[in-house]
Amino acid sequence: VAHTGRTVGRLGEGDWDGKVSEIKKKIKSILPGTPCDVLPDTSHLPPEHSDVVIVGGGVLGLSVAYWLKQLENRRGGMRVLVVERDHTYSQASTGLSVGGICQQFSLPENIQLSLFSASFLRNINEYLAVTNAPPLDLQFNPSGYLLLASEKDAAAMESNVKVQKQEGAKVCLMSPDQLRNKFPWINTEGVALASYGMENEGWFDPWCLLHGLRQKLTSMGVFFCQGEVTRFVTSSQRMMTTDDEMVTLKSIHEVHVKMDHSLEYQPVECAIVINAAGAWSAQIAALAGIGKGPPGTLQGTKLPVEPRKRYVYVWHCPQGPGLETPLVADTSGAYFRREGLGSNYLGGRSPAEEEEPDPANLEVDHDFFQEKVWPHLALRVPAFETLKVQTAWAGYYDYNTFDQNGVVGPHPLVVNMYFATGFSGHGLQQAPGVGRAVAEMILEGSFQTIDLSPFLFNRFYLGEKTHENNIM
Amino acid sequence: MWDLVLGDRRINSLRLVAPMWNGTRGIHRLGGAVVPEGNQKKERKMLQFLNNHFYDVEALRGYLLQREMSKVHLKNRSFTWLEEQHGPYSAGAFFILKQGGAVKFRDKEWIRPDKYGHFSPEFWNFREVPVEAVDASDCEINYEGLDNLLLLKELQSLSLQRCPHVDDWCLSRLYPLVDSLQELSLAGCPRVSERGLACLHHLQNLRRLDISDLPAVSNPGLTQILVEEMLPNCQVVGVDWAEGLKLGPEEQPQDTASPVPA
Repeated sequence: VAHTGRTVGRLGEGDWDGKVSEIKKKIKSILPGTPCDVLPDTSHLPPEHSDVVIVGGGVLGLSVAYWLKQLENRRGGMRVLVVERDHTYSQASTGLSVGGICQQFSLPENIQLSLFSASFLRNINEYLAVTNAPPLDLQFNPSGYLLLASEKDAAAMESNVKVQKQEGAKVCLMSPDQLRNKFPWINTEGVALASYGMENEGWFDPWCLLHGLRQKLTSMGVFFCQGEVTRFVTSSQRMMTTDDEMVTLKSIHEVHVKMDHSLEYQPVECAIVINAAGAWSAQIAALAGIGKGPPGTLQGTKLPVEPRKRYVYVWHCPQGPGLETPLVADTSGAYFRREGLGSNYLGGRSPAEEEEPDPANLEVDHDFFQEKVWPHLALRVPAFETLKVQTAWAGYYDYNTFDQNGVVGPHPLVVNMYFATGFSGHGLQQAPGVGRAVAEMILEGSFQTIDLSPFLFNRFYLGEKTHENNIM
Repeated sequence: MWDLVLGDRRINSLRLVAPMWNGTRGIHRLGGAVVPEGNQKKERKMLQFLNNHFYDVEALRGYLLQREMSKVHLKNRSFTWLEEQHGPYSAGAFFILKQGGAVKFRDKEWIRPDKYGHFSPEFWNFREVPVEAVDASDCEINYEGLDNLLLLKELQSLSLQRCPHVDDWCLSRLYPLVDSLQELSLAGCPRVSERGLACLHHLQNLRRLDISDLPAVSNPGLTQILVEEMLPNCQVVGVDWAEGLKLGPEEQPQDTASPVPA
């Protein structure tokens, strides 16, 4: 209803003639036979109020939404809005991922997250059950991961495997002889030790997980919106710490969501914002004022997540390793796995720091395969000397330049922004666990099941690295 | 002793008395439906229509589904606590017999529950006698239930035919039986696909593997060839690897029953 903006005065005061003409106009519009003003169509806009706004609709954002709705005390107690800029997910890391899950990490928290995710995926039809919908088929290959270590990494691998076994992962160590016995197509030159995951490891279809989560969330009443977050409206409060320092605490109370290909935006009033924007999390954090301050202070600590481009190549090799092939990660960092029944393989390699490709677009560099990936593959698996590349694609890692581990939990100064990003290539396999941890943090105030305190934002300011040795 | 047979009998009678709920179960089970196709489709459409239009129907169906799942979980609860008192073989055998399967101890006869689910309690005395063979056809064993099955360390023959909840994840758990397992049958399991068959390569002592009639395998002929390559000492039975191949006009049909020389 259009307000004229003029205060309505008491009878006898104000603009009597104007009021009469207004009343006449209203009666005319109500009477039949005259056209009435149609209310503007806002169905494409997000709701005006939402308890939680999740920026980013990839697997991490959807996982947080799922656990928020699952763990809320009262059904319908929380309104959750997921804002995703690109509904085709053309650049989203989730869809372009290789889809692997493994427990072979050095940090106990990572191992626990991965174990929980494996049990989530195993029971996915109980967690994401929707009446009337067919059961989900994740196409999970339980073939395991085989990590190879050279002489200098062998000791680290042994201690890692000890930690993994303690946490309950089923991993075993193999000597080069055992390797040759089990996988005759491997050339064990330069390999001192190998660790092989026997259970709960393998690869699956990330699109299926995404689709299943979206379906379940729609049935649970989560709102989805296609738009871009352009502005956070915050309100600040100055408070005194125990050391008598003045600190400005900010809290976001409004999110401006801009629609695609238009200047139209919707201000969404919210109580909590979750930054699950993956490779673009740093931009969202900057919008909230994180990092705007003198360097070296907590106000000046930026979110150190940036997009890094990674290539995946698919090739065909008729004499290649057989059906039992695990995902093999070589000492050089090159990895490959089988794809389907037809002698197709896919793999890649993380480039060294100096060779990082420009993340401005997702163009594939085929020379990288020729020069940096193929020689290592051919050395490790002699059958790969003759192969034919069929296709390739590129995707982004939301790379945490500080210590390549995720950022989870609230920001110390912007009190209602929670992070669930920066997983540098293992976000997909840890998404269920991280989603549950963030939901617990929001609803209970602390981590209940898996303690992810080493992944809080504070560590960037304090300089404490939670380093993970095994990333690909 | 543990006479929870009464509970099993009640479940069996529910299956006979409430045929209309086949629709609910049919949707979430990949096969094994006994109701004829035409009836099932009509029931399904009716249920879907009601589901989409009434919250109560949706909630009721959700509840029934949860109940089905908790029944399966109850069947697969852990019996490992029996191990201390009666030894691993008896504990594992008890689990299989409760599920409706049959066990064979070394040098003894097959122990099979009758149609009421009763079985003879003589196996509690076989503390040191290992279980040689297990026939768990049509049992509702799932991933958690395998904890109990893996107590039988010297198992030589395992039959998981037509088990509705045995899927690829379960197959990846069978590797502890590598030393003893010689015969494995997965015929008719609706959830086993070629991805699960890939993790059978640990079972190097396997001599006979039955992978016939697996609806979830995308290309049975090619899978048969790849599994034969993966397990060279094993006779892989069940799929005619020439099926799906078109013969040329001059070729004579080969004798596909004879094994192909490597």
